[in-house]
Amino acid sequence: MIEIKDLTVRFGGVTPLDKMTVNFADGTNGLIGPNGAGKTTFFNVLSGFVRPAQGTVTAFGDNLLGMAHYRRSRWGLRRTFQTEQAIEELTVYDNVLMVLEHSPKDSRGNRDEDVLGAINFVGLSANPHARVGTLGAGDRRLVEIARAVVGSPRVVLLDEPAAGLPDEETERMSSVIQKIPQEIGALTILVDHDMSLVSACCAKTAVLDFGKLIAAGDTADVLRNDQVKQAYLGAEEVAA
Amino acid sequence: MSAAGATTTRSAPRRLRLPRLDAGERVRAVVILALLLFVLFGLPPLLSGYWISTSTQVAYYSLVALGLGILMGRTGLVSLGQIALLALGAWVAARLFFATGLPFPLVLLGAGLITMVLGVLIGLPALRLSGLYLALITLMLAGAITVALTATNFPNGGGGFLGHVETDRGAADVRRPLIAHGDTAFFRYTVVVVAVMFLIALVHVRAKPGRAWAAIRQSESAALAAGVNVTLYKMWAFALASFLTGVAGGLLAADSGQLFITSFPTSDSITLLAVVLMGGIYSLWGAVVAGILMKLLPAMLNNWGVAADWLTIVFGAGVLQVILTAPRGIAYQFPRDMARLGRLIYGLVGRARGTPVRERAG
Repeated sequence: MIEIKDLTVRFGGVTPLDKMTVNFADGTNGLIGPNGAGKTTFFNVLSGFVRPAQGTVTAFGDNLLGMAHYRRSRWGLRRTFQTEQAIEELTVYDNVLMVLEHSPKDSRGNRDEDVLGAINFVGLSANPHARVGTLGAGDRRLVEIARAVVGSPRVVLLDEPAAGLPDEETERMSSVIQKIPQEIGALTILVDHDMSLVSACCAKTAVLDFGKLIAAGDTADVLRNDQVKQAYLGAEEVAA
Repeated sequence: MSAAGATTTRSAPRRLRLPRLDAGERVRAVVILALLLFVLFGLPPLLSGYWISTSTQVAYYSLVALGLGILMGRTGLVSLGQIALLALGAWVAARLFFATGLPFPLVLLGAGLITMVLGVLIGLPALRLSGLYLALITLMLAGAITVALTATNFPNGGGGFLGHVETDRGAADVRRPLIAHGDTAFFRYTVVVVAVMFLIALVHVRAKPGRAWAAIRQSESAALAAGVNVTLYKMWAFALASFLTGVAGGLLAADSGQLFITSFPTSDSITLLAVVLMGGIYSLWGAVVAGILMKLLPAMLNNWGVAADWLTIVFGAGVLQVILTAPRGIAYQFPRDMARLGRLIYGLVGRARGTPVRERAG
């Protein structure tokens, strides 16, 4: 479980996160909200790229904010990026290995098994020795997911993993994400604008709007919530 | 449960197994070994003394280019101070030679290691910078090193820490190793040392540091998110590049005997950047091509009685061409174009021999 308490981020006069307090339970959690709601800022706080003005983040009893950013990955925190960041110069295999070898779970004897296991897990059919620069967008996204699940992570943050993908590839992505909690055993937080993807993958969902948490709970209930509809559609449409 | 245990799920059609060194790599290793043997034993009898010493320079400048390739091509750190670092390496080698009288391999190693420490110290404040600012800082540091070396001169057997004595009062040479005293022997010695250094670089690039560098070059955030200690690996890149450059400086010191700061103009660092870009910044072969462009081309022009200054213009046009049409450089473009040419010739020959060319209608 991840407990977020009073998390506040300020950039000058802007407050992208305003006293966010929420718990994320084991399994897959959705995190939604309109553009600029603070979702990626929240991920950046967890990854250590943004230092919060106040608040605490406790993940499985450990104080995440006290760790240097590169150590968080070693602790077991993984993430993907809104603009996919698979390393083009490296092969698929080396992309995944690169993450594994910086994690404490790296036992040299089982490297092939762990790396290829992660590649198989995401169902990537491309040759593991192909350079990522030669792959299509959907496959690159899967490489990023493979990097996020290798070496028994504890928390996986997915930042719009299906952004820009055609429907059938989104389906494929959805089935991969749904397998993460049982097969990888990691607490997963999914940020996406695609509500069908969020509904399919997440039992629980939290909603941010202008940096404030406006709803959290069962995904179906949250999506029916008037305040959430209002945040997404604007007050007038909901009233009409 | 680990990802490895997940291979039995429906999305896992087959288990993949990887051989450590595939057939292509084995062929490449054999070709490289054959090429190396040719350079060591086949080439020298064909060359006059002038070309032998030019080839020696090509070899150790390839090493300098390799250092810049690791910094810039692999890690994305632009340095315009590599020639100053080379001068520093040569200074350290000369200093060690006169002060200790150690065997030459140890002088080389010492020059590499001390230059490595100095390079990392220079790199430290630069670690927070990147791109143009890093280039600017390294260029200014290079200028500072050049000024300092102009004031102190290179050690040539004098006393004190600086070890410099005016040349008309009996300066000594940095001596080549006993087994490689003649020009040809020293050429072979240099090629072997440079080959070992390339191997060290290859091992780095193929292993954990190389993967971390590739991640840093593309995106520091992605590297951090993958658990890469970005500062450590940037320092590592500086350290390796400085080590290689320091060893090159040691070879240069023994090659020249006496050293003068005029051999290390700061503008050479910019020329180096140009030839490394042209050679191919992502490939180890690119460094060899860069060494050839940097030292063989001027020697050829001199030989033909053409001023080597023309090269500045040629290199300018070359860099433009590379950036516009072949970002991966000559080392990548040349084999690709040759393969195309081969296919074209094969196709033409096939057409001439086989199917008759149809008369064009009307």
